[in-house]
Amino acid sequence: MVSAVKRLAAGLLAVAGAASVGWDGAAEAQTSVKIGYAISRTGPAAGGAAVTTIPNYELWVKEVNAAGGLKLGDKRVPIEVVQYDDRSSAEEAAKALERLITQDKVDFILPPWGTGLNLAVGPILNKAGYPHIASTAVTDRAPELAKRWPNSFWLLGTSADAAKTLVELLVKLRTEGKIGDTVAMASIADGFGIDLSGAARPALTAAKFKLAYDKTYPVGTQDLSPIINEVKALNPDVFIAFSYPPDTIAITEQSRISGFNPKIFYTGVGTAFPLFKQKFSANAEGVMGIGGWNGDSPAIKDYLARHKASAANGAEPDRWASAVTYAGLQMLQQAIERVGKVDRAAVIKDLQSGTFDTVIGKVKLENNMPTKYWWVGQWQDGEFYGVGPSGNEGARAPVVPKPAWKAQ
Amino acid sequence: MSRTQMTTGAICLAAVVALAFVPMIVDAYHLALAISLLQFTVLATAWGMFSGPTRYVSLATTAFFGVGAYTVAVLGEQLPWSLVLLIAAVIGAVMAVIVGLSTLRLSGVHFVIFTFGLAELVRQIVVWYEVNKTRVLGRYVFVDITQNDIYWQLLALAVIVFGSGWLIARSRFGFALRIIGEDETVARHCGINVTIAKVALFTITATFMTLVGAIMAPRFTYIEPSIAFNATISFEVVIMALLGGAHRLWGPALGAIPLTLLFDFLSARFPSTSTLIMGVVFLLIVYALPSGVVGLWEKLKAWRPSASNVRGAQA
Repeated sequence: MVSAVKRLAAGLLAVAGAASVGWDGAAEAQTSVKIGYAISRTGPAAGGAAVTTIPNYELWVKEVNAAGGLKLGDKRVPIEVVQYDDRSSAEEAAKALERLITQDKVDFILPPWGTGLNLAVGPILNKAGYPHIASTAVTDRAPELAKRWPNSFWLLGTSADAAKTLVELLVKLRTEGKIGDTVAMASIADGFGIDLSGAARPALTAAKFKLAYDKTYPVGTQDLSPIINEVKALNPDVFIAFSYPPDTIAITEQSRISGFNPKIFYTGVGTAFPLFKQKFSANAEGVMGIGGWNGDSPAIKDYLARHKASAANGAEPDRWASAVTYAGLQMLQQAIERVGKVDRAAVIKDLQSGTFDTVIGKVKLENNMPTKYWWVGQWQDGEFYGVGPSGNEGARAPVVPKPAWKAQ
Repeated sequence: MSRTQMTTGAICLAAVVALAFVPMIVDAYHLALAISLLQFTVLATAWGMFSGPTRYVSLATTAFFGVGAYTVAVLGEQLPWSLVLLIAAVIGAVMAVIVGLSTLRLSGVHFVIFTFGLAELVRQIVVWYEVNKTRVLGRYVFVDITQNDIYWQLLALAVIVFGSGWLIARSRFGFALRIIGEDETVARHCGINVTIAKVALFTITATFMTLVGAIMAPRFTYIEPSIAFNATISFEVVIMALLGGAHRLWGPALGAIPLTLLFDFLSARFPSTSTLIMGVVFLLIVYALPSGVVGLWEKLKAWRPSASNVRGAQA
């Protein structure tokens, strides 16, 4: 199917080339735009890549090629994909990207999944002059990295910002008299949990919250009931878990079982996953978590429908990095089409300064980072709406206190 | 004999000089491949240097590799590079002495399990420290080391590893090690201090592994325990050394080079099934080549005269 489109496009191009006498020889060689990526199909990062990244790459390529390809000048050129498995290893990702650049000579490269791998490939993409749109990396060094590698764009923001937004929301709710000031915080002893709790701790103290519980648990902890039981005995108003998908599910399940129902129940990565809704259905209601999107916007509704139609088994996107990943692809496409040819330096410049129309709204980067992020989302009526920062377009009012768990 | 030795020496020297020019002529991808080749050659050779004579199967490679990488992550931006490497080597050596003294009395499968646990233990200690003390997990390595530098350092390390392996084999120490490998009780009766000999060898080879980790760290940019202490490295090194044959100094290299090339070929050609094919390849290696390429070569050498006899009989 794709190759038929490609052949047709190539044929049309050849005709066009023959018709325009005296056409510059260099441009006619562009019969396809080669897009390469190395993604984790195996190893510990495979789960995240399969939910957030791969379906979006496939959706985007499918849509662009169905429209005839990327618009370069006045013609459309189909996308040709070269892809590898980085086996979730930094060394393998680095090698795969070097292969894409020097062997396959791809025109553009899409980023790997996750913070670690994006950082590992940063220097390579910078040296080779490829735009690097990191849409699944959360790192506090993002502003510094953007300066170091001007070709890199950090669409998911910093963990300090995430923690700050959450605390701001808590302060607002306390002022409104909806919550008290006892907070319990549990975090996973891994990059994400450590960074976020490290940023939240001083912010909570500065806002004069009482941190009644503040502990970490190791990666791979199966039984989280001791934590939940201990926290329940402290009876906090706010429970924050900076958790990863498996423990996000386990913590929520355990809280439901033991009837631990604080006014604010916040969990980490995975809360925004479609899996969360499938597992907890009505009990997801009122749970807060990292991420969120403007679920009322027609662009997001349309994106959700297209994603479901395209992905295997009709999988839904996650409500955090999925839309950002897709927006990153739209930005790349718009930048390439505005430049009108495969000129990577010009595309990087356009990404730095241009304004882009995406599924997450209008995006204009400042210092290679967006100015708006969704940091706190909440399940309301079966959709994970963004509730913080409250100034974002489409932000819903948080439902506080969280409704009681229903018997399943 | 000394004439052949000199010729071999001259060939080796010429090969090293030729290899030193590789970064000037190849592109980034082939340089990356060359770095992988050198990395695994050094790791597998160091592994074989210890495991060949003593017949201990160690799965601790990644523990030392990770310690080297982490030393760079912690100190890389503060100290001059050569000092960082030196400190990494010292930390690796001290750790190897402690581990060696406490475990080389174990034998067989107990040792295998312990070394596997060691990597996890070191990793958990690093995690505990970062979580509770520094409160950052994941460190950035921004040092001024280019890919060419990494290549040349690995090449120099490879020369040192092969040089020391050659020297050890020709020393009293090496002789003692061979006796230990044949029969530890006999060695003890000959008056060899078995523990000291084993610990010394373990320390030397572990230091090399630590240095590989330290040299490779700038390539990662970002290091966290799961990246630095990746158990796959330990297993790959064992399989490479076994394919080559651990009872010869140059044996593991004969396994490391083809397997690194094979992994690369598989991940380029079969991106979605490469891991599966690799598993099958591992099974085939263990089944078809139990004593490695070296063993096969030695068998062929022994077999050739009889083959010509057969031919003579037919004629």
